[in-house]
Amino acid sequence: MFLAEVIGTVVAPISVPELKGRTHLMVRPVTPEGKPTGKTKVAIDSIGAGVGDRVLVVDEGGSARQILGDPDAGIRTVILGFVDSVSIHGRTVFDHSS
Amino acid sequence: MYVARVTGRLVATVISPGLEGVRLQWIQPLDEKGDPMGAQQVACAAIDSGPGDLVEFVDGREAAVALPDETFVPVDATIVGYVSQAVAEGIDLAEEAN
Amino acid sequence: MLIAKVVGSVVATQKDEKLANTKLLVCQIHNHNNEAQDSYVIAVDSVGAGTGDMVLYAAGSSARQTNITKDRPCDAVIMAIVDSWDMDGTDVFKKWSEA
Repeated sequence: MFLAEVIGTVVAPISVPELKGRTHLMVRPVTPEGKPTGKTKVAIDSIGAGVGDRVLVVDEGGSARQILGDPDAGIRTVILGFVDSVSIHGRTVFDHSS
Repeated sequence: MYVARVTGRLVATVISPGLEGVRLQWIQPLDEKGDPMGAQQVACAAIDSGPGDLVEFVDGREAAVALPDETFVPVDATIVGYVSQAVAEGIDLAEEAN
Repeated sequence: MLIAKVVGSVVATQKDEKLANTKLLVCQIHNHNNEAQDSYVIAVDSVGAGTGDMVLYAAGSSARQTNITKDRPCDAVIMAIVDSWDMDGTDVFKKWSEA
């Protein structure tokens, strides 16, 4: 799993059946402090996230299939949670409410 | 999953069993600005995509699972969706090309 | 998948027993413009490729998805012999015009 920021929306009207009707969001992996890191990915939303949200993303097929409840889906990148806060060594480096 | 641009087509008649007739296309992964992200690679097309199209592709083992027919095949990248709009930070990657 | 040219083979008589009877080929990676890259991969052959062939290989756990490599310790498999490809509408590689 990794921390990411939702940075955009993707509309894919033509797709394989298991992607039909799902929300696709562009996510950029970030460090705990919020600095961009790594490659921008497209993730399937399972929680109702929107642009600007700090989220938790899983990028592995078995977990993705569990979350989406589809044992045959060829999907691996899924947003599975909102991040409220992140702390390192007791120091809060990200707080959604602030 | 990543956003990519289809750049070319590839023909291979001698191919691993189960992949006969599957279309192979070159793709250039793109970042949120529409700039190239990493090297071009070859992907199987699970939809009717073609050169110039903006698409989504899935990598890793899920690429094989995403194929419509035989899924026990050695495939590590599959085009799974045709992207009509991909907006991040005010830039629409689909419009950039036109 | 990436493109590579088969440039040689590896003989290893002492290896993990699960890799017995597999053909290991040395492949030099080429980019989309058919330019040889300074990186090589050792891949298990599943299609009968040989030296000089331009091939397509799959990497990672996908490489175990053939009858030859199933349940074997293998992270790269040659899954196609390339005939041709085009890039932005222009032919880049044609197997039969190379000679």
